[in-house]
Amino acid sequence: MTDEIVSTGKASPLAPGLRTAGTHDVAATPLRHPGRWVAATVLIALCTGWMFSLWRNPNIEHLTIADFLFDGRIVRGVLLTVALTGCSMALATTLAILLAVMRLSANPVLRVMSWAYTWFFRGTPLLVQIVFWGYLGLLYQTLTLGIPFTSIQFASADTNVIVTPFVAGLLALGMNEAAYASEIVRAGLLSVDHGNVEAAHSLGMSPGYTLRRIVLPQAMRVIIPPMGNETISMLKNTALLQLIAVPELYTQTSWISAQNLHQVELLIVASAWYLVLTSVLSVPQYYLERRYGRGTDRSLPLTPWQRARRLVSRVRTRVSQVARTDATTEGDA
Amino acid sequence: MNTQAIDGPKPLVEARDVRKRFGANLVLKGIDLRVERGQVMCLLGPSGSGKSTFLRCINHLERVDGGRIYVDGELMGYREHGDRAREMKPGQIAAQRRSIGMVFQRFNLFPHLTALENIVEAPVGVARRSKADARTRGMELLERVGLTDRAGMYPAQLSGGQQQRVAIARALAMDPKLMLFDEPTSALDPELVGDVLNVMRDLAKSGMTMIVVTHEIGFAREVADQVVFMDDGVVVESGAPTDVISNPQHDRTKTFLDSVL
Repeated sequence: MTDEIVSTGKASPLAPGLRTAGTHDVAATPLRHPGRWVAATVLIALCTGWMFSLWRNPNIEHLTIADFLFDGRIVRGVLLTVALTGCSMALATTLAILLAVMRLSANPVLRVMSWAYTWFFRGTPLLVQIVFWGYLGLLYQTLTLGIPFTSIQFASADTNVIVTPFVAGLLALGMNEAAYASEIVRAGLLSVDHGNVEAAHSLGMSPGYTLRRIVLPQAMRVIIPPMGNETISMLKNTALLQLIAVPELYTQTSWISAQNLHQVELLIVASAWYLVLTSVLSVPQYYLERRYGRGTDRSLPLTPWQRARRLVSRVRTRVSQVARTDATTEGDA
Repeated sequence: MNTQAIDGPKPLVEARDVRKRFGANLVLKGIDLRVERGQVMCLLGPSGSGKSTFLRCINHLERVDGGRIYVDGELMGYREHGDRAREMKPGQIAAQRRSIGMVFQRFNLFPHLTALENIVEAPVGVARRSKADARTRGMELLERVGLTDRAGMYPAQLSGGQQQRVAIARALAMDPKLMLFDEPTSALDPELVGDVLNVMRDLAKSGMTMIVVTHEIGFAREVADQVVFMDDGVVVESGAPTDVISNPQHDRTKTFLDSVL
């Protein structure tokens, strides 16, 4: 838009001169892409048609969707879904870093432990693990902390008191995710130049300090994009916890639809919320990537906010320039 | 044990019969060297002669397979139990390394930290100095290497020569008693070599004990107190630069010097 303002202000008096100079030149026309326009039109037509069919569909009561979108139970379900995603990703990331470091350690015992963990939790279905944690009480009625093969006990409690559905869901999702995330973290750790580790050691940094302050911050740049992926995947996997009656978003919608038999409407409500949540998640990811990208690019990319402000100030200067040139041309005339 | 028997002030670095193998390949075949306090020793030799490996053995970046290396009378990386030497725990080795600075061929600056943060990291995090003190000292060191105006820049924004000077300042920030240089100018454009060598020359003048692996014969001739020529894992010849560089005794040294000069 701003370009047009400038060109009408400046280029019009020049245009005749340009045209006479250009008579012997070959006019350069960029390649046209009519196919793109056709494809876009067809797609828009198809989408509108589909939306229309949804809107006119007598099997969907749109008012029901509107009614339940911000229903108290749904909102509570959304909050629980967010909490579960956050907590299980925190658990998974902590475990994953531990597993990755163990896997890369010189200690063969730790290496085998890490390998065995990944082997087991990656090798069995998530759904099975969720059911297992959910019905842990059937396997062990009480949980006891003590020394095996002796009568020494430090603490003991009813399994169903400690492992509530929320805890079971958290453990199932977090521990399963840790197995996948550990490979992501390991790839990140391996991506850091070994010369940096040697430099850190030569300065007297211990292996633990080197990992925390030198290697991990650099590995984060490689770890964050796939972990963002995993977080989105985790957000949707929380729906599986319906199986052990954790009252998260999908469980709430299924309970409501079991009563009012508006299955489709409530599935739309759930999908809309999942879409909103996954869209929102990309914002912190952008800022995290920016934070850990420091030093790799010669200049940091601007944040959307900074970009917007720069655009506004640019438009402002352009407009004032145009206003000034207009004023001078009018004065000349 | 024998260190006490040697007369006079103890050398800062003493290597005795140092041996190192990579697989079946014997890279150090028994190195004996001494560096006195305040001395500059330059290690010359063709690539693959074991000079860089020896340098890395001094601060235990490489584990020696035989022999002993003492720095300031302290056995590096091992604890003596009678005839045997048992390797130390990583934390103890880290503590030993704090008094030995090292500068690498590829700079190895921490890319996620600015020049000043690179310098301050170890004094604050390892030597537990206050942030303010470490920053003041860091700025002094940047001034010493002529880069005060680059304090806030990331390594990727600096030229190779500037990066290497920051790396020298970073090593000096731990107040080492010994500085190790592993081909510090080999990865630099020819026009940038001079700045780095100037910093090293000043450092030598200030009385720092230095061991320098280098191909800069001119620098070795001018700055070194002792020049050591290594080939195929052994010390072929050592002595004052006027002897080794200007008047080499061994054919191997002569052919090497002819090829580089």
